[in-house]
Amino acid sequence: MPIEAGGKTYETDEEGYLADLNDWNPDLATAMAKADGADLDENHWEVINFLREYYEEYQIAPAVRVLTKAIGKKLGPEKGNSKYLYELFPYGPAKQACKYAGLPKPTGCV
Amino acid sequence: MSEPWEEEGPGTIKKFMYVNRKAPYGTIYALESLEVVLIAAAFEQDVSMAFLDDGVYQLKKGQDTQGIGMKNFSPTYRALEGYDVEKLYVEAESLAERGLSEDDLLVPVEVMGREALAELMDEQDVILSF
Repeated sequence: MPIEAGGKTYETDEEGYLADLNDWNPDLATAMAKADGADLDENHWEVINFLREYYEEYQIAPAVRVLTKAIGKKLGPEKGNSKYLYELFPYGPAKQACKYAGLPKPTGCV
Repeated sequence: MSEPWEEEGPGTIKKFMYVNRKAPYGTIYALESLEVVLIAAAFEQDVSMAFLDDGVYQLKKGQDTQGIGMKNFSPTYRALEGYDVEKLYVEAESLAERGLSEDDLLVPVEVMGREALAELMDEQDVILSF
């Protein structure tokens, strides 16, 4: 299902993940969130930007367990836990945040 | 919304070794092996990876896949540590036969001789060959 942001249309796969991650821009993340009925605040962006950096470095989207641990290392234990991340991304922190970040679905997610 | 590994106890921990013998590109084996390892890492088993024969090229620094139009997935080996997959064994003979040394590899590994690696394989509960 293609998604529109800033007057342009972008291809996604059948689950809404961006087809070409080079297409990504912040407006697109905001549009994807809006389609899910969510508004992105700075805490969401912190995770989204973290995921983009992780992908840039390792070329994969991390599993939720790995994301949680890595967030804890970088942003502190009050953010590196499932409760905090599930509150931000109720559809699953890895799955939903990766989608907004323009990444593929995390390896191992079904 | 809990995940399976949060609910179950550790259960029986088995020793899994993923044996990689093929060059990274040209066949799908290397990438498939890596993906299986990353997925299976969630099951908290005792996982190791072994690199033998042309499989040692999977860990070679400075891979450039532009010419063959494939994604360079070698940076993903550096993510293994975050998945608690820390036992990477490389066969010394395979490296030497290809003019490579430990310095040519993009992640910290344990280089071991053929016999020692064979013994290690004997100790495994499960061996998956790629």
